[in-house]
Amino acid sequence: MTPDDFTRVIGEALTAVAPEIDPKSIEPGVSFRDQFDLDSMDFLNFVIALHKKLGIDIPEADYPRLYTLDNAVAYLASKAGAPRTADT
Amino acid sequence: MTVPTLGTRWPPIAKTARDWPVSPNLLDYRRTCAEFSWAEAQRQLDGLPDGRGLNIAHEAVDRHATGVGRHRVALRWLSKDGARRDFTYGDLREETSRFANVLKSLGVGKGDPVVVMAGRIPELYIAALGTLKNGSVFTPLFSAFGPEPIQSRIDIARAKVLVTTDALYRKKVEPIRALLPSLEQVLLIGDVTSIQSFARVRHLRTLMAAVDARFVIPATDPEDAALLHFTSGTTGKPKGALHVHHAVVAHHATARFALDLHPDDVFWCTADPGWVTGTSYGIIAPLTLGLTSIVDEADFDAERWYAILAREKVTVFYTAPTAIRMLMRGGAAATRPQAFPSLRFLASVGEPLNPEAVVWGVGAFGRPFHDNWWQTETGGIMIANFAAMDVRPGSMGRPLPGIEAAIVRRTGEGAIEVVDAPDTEGELALRPGWPSMFRGYLSDEARYRQCFVGGYYLTGDLARRDGDGYYWFVGRADDVIKSSGHLISPFEVESVLLEHPSVAEAGVIGKPDPVAFEIVKAFVALKPGFDADETLNRELLGFARVRLGAAVAPKEIEFRPSIPKNRAGKIMRRLLKAQELGLPQGDTSTLEAS
Repeated sequence: MTPDDFTRVIGEALTAVAPEIDPKSIEPGVSFRDQFDLDSMDFLNFVIALHKKLGIDIPEADYPRLYTLDNAVAYLASKAGAPRTADT
Repeated sequence: MTVPTLGTRWPPIAKTARDWPVSPNLLDYRRTCAEFSWAEAQRQLDGLPDGRGLNIAHEAVDRHATGVGRHRVALRWLSKDGARRDFTYGDLREETSRFANVLKSLGVGKGDPVVVMAGRIPELYIAALGTLKNGSVFTPLFSAFGPEPIQSRIDIARAKVLVTTDALYRKKVEPIRALLPSLEQVLLIGDVTSIQSFARVRHLRTLMAAVDARFVIPATDPEDAALLHFTSGTTGKPKGALHVHHAVVAHHATARFALDLHPDDVFWCTADPGWVTGTSYGIIAPLTLGLTSIVDEADFDAERWYAILAREKVTVFYTAPTAIRMLMRGGAAATRPQAFPSLRFLASVGEPLNPEAVVWGVGAFGRPFHDNWWQTETGGIMIANFAAMDVRPGSMGRPLPGIEAAIVRRTGEGAIEVVDAPDTEGELALRPGWPSMFRGYLSDEARYRQCFVGGYYLTGDLARRDGDGYYWFVGRADDVIKSSGHLISPFEVESVLLEHPSVAEAGVIGKPDPVAFEIVKAFVALKPGFDADETLNRELLGFARVRLGAAVAPKEIEFRPSIPKNRAGKIMRRLLKAQELGLPQGDTSTLEAS
């Protein structure tokens, strides 16, 4: 999966929990909870949705690495193995 | 401390004097209960100088800000981005005095509600205590509320003053400002340039810099209004529960008994001041003890919380079941890299704490969690597991000194009978007379009167009492939803869903949830011509979230051809809940035990 693929999956997981969010409006360096109205349960459901979509185990201690789009893409890519470039 | 082994029944967690690094405030329960009086409890406070009455802000701030005490840290604020800022009692005295002078200069006076809506930032704490100094009524609004709950609450309070941040104002208030005719003053927290685009607002910091840092608290009668907290009922509008300055006697006494707070403690209450716990025990009670209170701006984060407990040497930790269950997801192993030698007492409130979570505290922190029970209307802790007494996992504990609790059964219109037999289910009731009891629902005298029957305040919670006097939560007597420590009105959620053009009927229930206790689930019947598909489901979820805010909006929506109603047209939420739980639908009497 490319970084773009991860970005798309993250957008899907986020809007499954909070459909009012426009994935195109996500600021990549700002935490999701500072940009959008998400409570603790929403964030937990977001992580669960990522796990279901990608089959990646996400331990509790790693949750802070999913706070921003940039960090989440990098984290999921590292967990899924080395990312391939988008030109293939 | 004897740690129970796993089993179908959870044995009590016994304690001995070896478990107490500090001698508990409440050592002999029977004797303290017998000797206790609220008049005596009030003598532990100072009162305003020259016999001018009793004011919460004087007891919490000014009386500790004289002599060397003024250098002691009152609030240690931890910002989201890792900064740490200390406010001594002296600092807090000056800041709250400036805020009180700002209110005074704007013509805001005694009894006027001051609505404060902000995250856990220092200005929130300063505004709360400064409002109390001025004799005005501190009215917190949870910052995660959407525009609809904000509008209805400001409207009920007929509030003239709102204090909020530039970001919250832009997102949630400016679009509905025309619908808030009572608002005369909006004081914004934030960068001075960021607020220039708004009309009819003022910049709080600029105002505070221009006024005196000294303020003489005016004479305050203990029965003067002080705090207005909104809570939810099954039907109708939100209820504004009004509390008076006398409440500080209960804040102080209950914090000593149920949280075992001592003046040398470092106390962390994780509750947001948008709800009653975050005000009574997140602002007022710890400061009345003269101790250091931790305020964390950030949202829940297990690693961050463990680091704060260890680094700040927190001695007493007061949190909520949802947070504890989220910590449990990471396992007790997650606590091992940290050590908590300072941690002495753990407490929980919000919804009943399951026995597994009580006992988990022992493995993770070396201490059990102590569940306690109270509600917005009671203003302070009423029933608790105490430091020097055995913990019964799953029980809310025993009534505090000065509190007379009972299990009652309603026997008809305006009549109850007290149930004395142990282990019998009934409604939890309290004898009125403690200082932090609410004095009314704003503009709703009839609803207030309905709470009192046969000389008791009826709490709306069903419970039982065992043979040793410990109380056990059973369920709600009404349809109010308990989620993540907050009460949510199904009516408020249904009303918003009905505003969507596709919705014909809506019924909202609390669906049991392993982390949040209950989540808000909505059943929706559509008007003809609309398809019950995934696209519309998401649109409705988003619609409700934007209007209500994430803390109130449904987490799940299910389409139904119709919503069950009784002959009077009332939505049968109990039947919806029975169907959700797969219970026999003809018999909903067992629902409370589920």
